[in-house]
Amino acid sequence: MNHLLKGIVGAIGLATAALPLAAGAALSDDKVKIGVLSDMSGVYKALEGPGAVIAAQMAIEDFGGKVLGKDIEVISADHQNKPDIGASTAREWIDAKQVDMITGLDNSAVGLAVQGLAKDKKIITINTGAGSSALTEEQCSPYGIHYVYDTYALPVGTATAIVNNGGKKWFFITADYAFGHSLTGNTSKVVESLGGEVVGNVNAPLSTNDFSSYLLQAQSSGADVIGLSNAGQDTVNSIKQANQFRIVQSGQKLAGMLVFISDIQSMGLDIAQGLQFTVAFVWNQNEETEAWSRKFYDRHGAMPTMIHAGVYSAVTHYLKAVKELGSDDGDAVRKKLGEMELNDFFVKGGKIAANGSMLHDMYLVEAKKPEESTEEWDLLKVVSTIPADKAFISMSDTVCSLVN
Amino acid sequence: MSIQVILAQALLGLNAGVFYAMLSLGLAVIFGLLNIINFAHGAMYMLGAFIALVGYSYLDQWFGIGLEVGFWPSLILAPLVVGGLGILIERTMLKRLYKLDHIYGLLLTFGITLILQGLFSNYFNVSGTPYPGQPDALSGVVNLGFMYFPTYRLFAIVFSLVVCFTTWYFIEHTKLGSRLRAGVENPQLTQAFGLNVPLMITLTFGFGCGLAGLAGVLAAPIYSVSPLMGADLIIVVFAVVVIGGMGSIMGAILSGLALGLVEGLTKVIYPPAASTVIFFLMVLVLLFRPAGLFGKEK
Repeated sequence: MNHLLKGIVGAIGLATAALPLAAGAALSDDKVKIGVLSDMSGVYKALEGPGAVIAAQMAIEDFGGKVLGKDIEVISADHQNKPDIGASTAREWIDAKQVDMITGLDNSAVGLAVQGLAKDKKIITINTGAGSSALTEEQCSPYGIHYVYDTYALPVGTATAIVNNGGKKWFFITADYAFGHSLTGNTSKVVESLGGEVVGNVNAPLSTNDFSSYLLQAQSSGADVIGLSNAGQDTVNSIKQANQFRIVQSGQKLAGMLVFISDIQSMGLDIAQGLQFTVAFVWNQNEETEAWSRKFYDRHGAMPTMIHAGVYSAVTHYLKAVKELGSDDGDAVRKKLGEMELNDFFVKGGKIAANGSMLHDMYLVEAKKPEESTEEWDLLKVVSTIPADKAFISMSDTVCSLVN
Repeated sequence: MSIQVILAQALLGLNAGVFYAMLSLGLAVIFGLLNIINFAHGAMYMLGAFIALVGYSYLDQWFGIGLEVGFWPSLILAPLVVGGLGILIERTMLKRLYKLDHIYGLLLTFGITLILQGLFSNYFNVSGTPYPGQPDALSGVVNLGFMYFPTYRLFAIVFSLVVCFTTWYFIEHTKLGSRLRAGVENPQLTQAFGLNVPLMITLTFGFGCGLAGLAGVLAAPIYSVSPLMGADLIIVVFAVVVIGGMGSIMGAILSGLALGLVEGLTKVIYPPAASTVIFFLMVLVLLFRPAGLFGKEK
């Protein structure tokens, strides 16, 4: 009965789209419920995982715990990096537990599955963890927002900055699957468009143990820069082994296409120093970011990754939109979020574009030298800012069907 | 392709090969004597690396006792601890399965692998943590004429070769080794001669696991120490054992080294095939010589 009623109300809501506030001028089920669906136990645990739940809770506490006089609640679950588990959890949350917004969703396969499901149910997803640009391109959704970074923003930002600083000749070590190929493809285009040259590429199988063979091929290619189009353990192994063979010491630069501060922390600066990559957030960039990050550290025991900070920011702005609207109706909230300018410690002047991509500045960072670091997590220095319009796919180039 | 490049890649291939050889040697010894397909071998390798890492980096941090176990002591301690755990597993669980089909031992050891990996993933970074305890004497690079090669890797190659061939010599050419082989050939008869076959089995399993632990310590300074490091390797090592011939000691060593070389050269000729070339060879061997290159048809 309840579902039927919701369906009718939803239909009326659609029919009266010209009057978006008319149908849903109140909160559904007298509560705002936010679901954090993440990898709580596997490879991405340190990037998002339990830290994302803490970040969401902090956002709600700072918001006052209530919106429009009603309680805000967080629930969380482990998607185990399996799209079917992610989708069935999301379905249960939406159908049985009245979840109003789902965030987290690291792992692109899970992110795409849940975004597709939520689209049919008109529930907003704010993806903070996954990389795939398909979320806002080929498979974009009117309810899907991609908040922190994507596989376009990271390599493009890094490549632009490095080529402009004189790193013209590139050699890629590419993880041999869709993700790696897309990183190398996007980066090569940028390198070539700026007058650089790609002198070689090896497609290394996923989970390669020993990268030294590929590194030596890169070394003898005469490239200025070795681009690492891989992630996680593969990136850590390549950087570590580059160090064993003195690649950086003999004059070549390493550029990581997808690196997180937690990777640098686990590698140590002795090995990672000089590595350049792009992030959306550096915890000690200014007083504002540092103040929040230290609070987060007290509860999580590690400094926030850009994803953790992104979850806080996403939840805060979602709640702001609900408050200003007086409703948690998916269509109305998404429209409101598209109109707002997002501002907090994480993002300055951010806009959510029609394809769902949150456009914001990104930062090219470099891992510090050990002697420059003043404490355990003081690992990165900002080399340059990549403005939002350069960092993300522009609305004239997007292939998302919602635009145009 | 210049001869320099080939030599350099061959040496890197040998580097991978010695690890295959050490691990497949342990597997072959265990299979030969216990008829157990020890899927937990990769987890034992991972455990060896973690014992070295924890001993060096975390003991002080966790317990505040100012104790640091360096690389050299780890090289002895870790195999002992891992071997001990192997003995515990054999005594409490595996020995109940000897009468059953191979598949039960495989499933049990697979389960143990999942538990160990899960435990370590809970506390350590899955992307891998570098092992900082590489001895100063082995840091730096050696000029081999055709390339600069890290000293430590050279040490690992030589050390592993010595361990492999010593084990082979022990099993094939000593009295205790001949008793072991007798135990494999005919346990009842060997027992009738008054030899304690169950004890030999337990110790052999412990020894095989210890070898994996030793390989783990040796690998720690080269690769990153990660909960999944063994899982990535064990499948390849199984292929090596199949190619060499189940239960053949020399077969395991030689095919480990040779396949390392083949893989190393594939990395230059056609990199995307590097992770599959061994399995391709395995298929060929199974088709034309099902008992493996060094195995005997039964």
